[in-house]
Amino acid sequence: MNDNMKMPLKGLKVVDFAWYLAGAMTTKTLSDYGADVIRIESTSHPDALREQLPSKDGIIGINRGGRFNWLNTGKLSLTVNITRPEGIEVVKKLVAKADIVVENFASGVMKKLGLDYEELRKIKPDIIMLSTCMQGQTGPHAQHPGFGMQLSALAGLVNASGWPDRAPIYIGAPTDYIVPRYGTMAILAALAYRRRTGRGQYIEISQYEVSIHFMTASILDYTANHRIAGREGNRLSYAAPHGAYRCLGKDRWCAIAVFTDEEWQSFGKVLKNPAWFKDPKFATLQARKENEDELDKLVEEWTLNYSPEEIMTLLQKEGVAAGVLENAEDMLDHDPHLRYRGFFWEVDHPEIGKYRTARPPFLLSNCNYEIRRAPLIGEHNEYVLREIIGMPDEEITHLVLADILQ
Amino acid sequence: MEEIAKTDNMLSPYRVLDLTDEKGFLCGKILGDTGADVIKIEKPGGDHSRSIGPFYHDEIDPQKSLYWFAFNTSKRGITLDIETAEGQKIFKELLKTADFVIESFAPGYLDKLGLGYSALTKVNPKIILVSITPFGQTGPYKNFKGPDIVVWAMGVEMYQWGDADRPPLRINYPFHCYHHAASEGAVGAMVALYHREMTGEGQHVDVSIQECIAEGLESYGPYWDTMKTIQCYRLFGHRRVHVTWLWHCKDGYVMWLYWGGPFGTRVSAPLVEWMKSEGMADDFLIAFDWTKLDFETVSQEVMNRVEEPTNKFFMSHTKAELLEGALKRRIMLYPVYDSSDILKSEQLAVRNFWVELDHPELGTTITYPGPFAKATRTPPVVSRRAPLIGEHNREIYEKELGILPKKLKTLEKAKII
Repeated sequence: MNDNMKMPLKGLKVVDFAWYLAGAMTTKTLSDYGADVIRIESTSHPDALREQLPSKDGIIGINRGGRFNWLNTGKLSLTVNITRPEGIEVVKKLVAKADIVVENFASGVMKKLGLDYEELRKIKPDIIMLSTCMQGQTGPHAQHPGFGMQLSALAGLVNASGWPDRAPIYIGAPTDYIVPRYGTMAILAALAYRRRTGRGQYIEISQYEVSIHFMTASILDYTANHRIAGREGNRLSYAAPHGAYRCLGKDRWCAIAVFTDEEWQSFGKVLKNPAWFKDPKFATLQARKENEDELDKLVEEWTLNYSPEEIMTLLQKEGVAAGVLENAEDMLDHDPHLRYRGFFWEVDHPEIGKYRTARPPFLLSNCNYEIRRAPLIGEHNEYVLREIIGMPDEEITHLVLADILQ
Repeated sequence: MEEIAKTDNMLSPYRVLDLTDEKGFLCGKILGDTGADVIKIEKPGGDHSRSIGPFYHDEIDPQKSLYWFAFNTSKRGITLDIETAEGQKIFKELLKTADFVIESFAPGYLDKLGLGYSALTKVNPKIILVSITPFGQTGPYKNFKGPDIVVWAMGVEMYQWGDADRPPLRINYPFHCYHHAASEGAVGAMVALYHREMTGEGQHVDVSIQECIAEGLESYGPYWDTMKTIQCYRLFGHRRVHVTWLWHCKDGYVMWLYWGGPFGTRVSAPLVEWMKSEGMADDFLIAFDWTKLDFETVSQEVMNRVEEPTNKFFMSHTKAELLEGALKRRIMLYPVYDSSDILKSEQLAVRNFWVELDHPELGTTITYPGPFAKATRTPPVVSRRAPLIGEHNREIYEKELGILPKKLKTLEKAKII
């Protein structure tokens, strides 16, 4: 990267009430590409990711949370007690200087605080505000408490995942990774509109609804064909072999996917054409699909002799798709490709020392990004009040003495 | 919220040339829903991605791929062979009025055709090129083949999931990986647009599908980096004992997790209260102190005594009954929905989520997921069904580029269009 290249979002100011994973991920890209993202926190009600595992050395502490520190790179932290009117006034003064407000509280919370869009636009008429929550601001289920893992069940992702002969599997909270992409995109698109017209607006995203977008083909299969797709393990109707195969070592696996006849021939070449390879049972894709259980066993008999890295390299060299099932250690410490692309960055943190995090998952040819450590709680109170709001010192002193900044 | 015409939406002034296959479809759809004029460019005869099922009424036909329908709404469609000199000339004409080109070819393919980023800037210096590929444009794996399952594998997620006695599993419904990267491509396009509006400068946006999936490292990464532990739900769960998360109920499955510790009583007790009201909680469960439940120390025997009556309770109710009770009692109990359940969701109906898109060529309308966001001034709109093969050739080639009908016929015969 050329140091002279610009940070594209420099000067953009984001007031960020969003917490947990989905909230923090929405504003991470903005922050890494140069926006000033000001996290509104409080010491009595900090971001839950600050004080849970993973945490440096397994010790819980408000500045030690691993997920918080990974996701909040470069952001500023302002602690302010928003249960008190003077705290709300501080927030409003900040919004007056901002371009964007982001929040992901349960529906109705911002209104109760007097910080809903109608209030905020009085202070800053062209403000762009994004609300995202589980099932949207309106509707009979808007208040149903939950997290991304429950939403993944509701949006059909869980039901689609698992073996055909067993219950669906737990898959974590993939919907939490879906909604930030739509949120960040919508904010930036609204900024394009504001530049043309001078007008801001309120944007509302439901994690449930955007997650269904990822499932659209399965939805249409039902609305057009009345079919409910079943679980299919790792299989795909037009590829075989297609799965994860055990390799040499403890819990080591490699994914292999063979689509075309040409790839099948290359696959055989890598295996040095064993006798079974010429069996008519495997001669065509259709035949391989019909005898896939047997095929999978034979493939695994071969993969068991090699490390997954060896399998991947042998097959990819011959044009057959294969990839190591990487765990966190593989990715952070051993993946030469991610290292080449500078995906991980090490930053220095005053309380936990050096730690690693990742840059955004896209690169820009003419712009730079910067990965800076996550903030300590309340670290930027003075900076935000003095430099961004332009508050006089005596007012800041008053807020400190009145216990508003905590 | 008021309906807004596509001519006055967030991205209405911008034009997108969409060369992607299934890896990037969603990127153009998101830009199109937000008002951009997205022109999907396919090979003459139709994109190979039209062979991806499922198909409308199971009729295998490139004009009836529901997969294609799903992710190409809000786009117009033309055919053009960009591998021919004449095709490239026409592509460059289109490029003059475009703001974005999005593509998902193997790295280097467009360069070989003379349509790489620097060649594009010679025609349109402000162009933003968005490339969505399995491993990005650079690095030792850039030419690796990366279908969905391989990128899942190399993006930390697949290692996590599945049952301990069988191989790890991907999230099944294809192609989840691609949608993550394609929607991230829309983010990259917008950051590049912001920069262009400030400076007049375009650029090349390089999206790696592997890196998009690797965002799951926000949790597993710090476990390894700051605690030197490897998370693997498939083998260990997050616990030392077996704890059920997905439970059988009368007509399917529900997701429910007992909590311990400071929030234990708030989360767990309301379910026990509900069970008690139906005479299905035993004395052990009623007396259980949730604040003292710690999954690091609890024995399997105790967990079994908690889970047995719970299992019986869930088996005595349907998904719908359990959701209704959960809503009434504000319990974090959720049904595991399939597509039919999602279509019946009261929440989505009340929010007017679904849209009907007209398919005159099939003589029907099909129900689609509605816009991805609501907005007070310029809400996204799913403006049209996916294009048929070459549906807008005449509209764009004749009316916009001024190619004469006779010339168009010649191009068609030469299979350039």
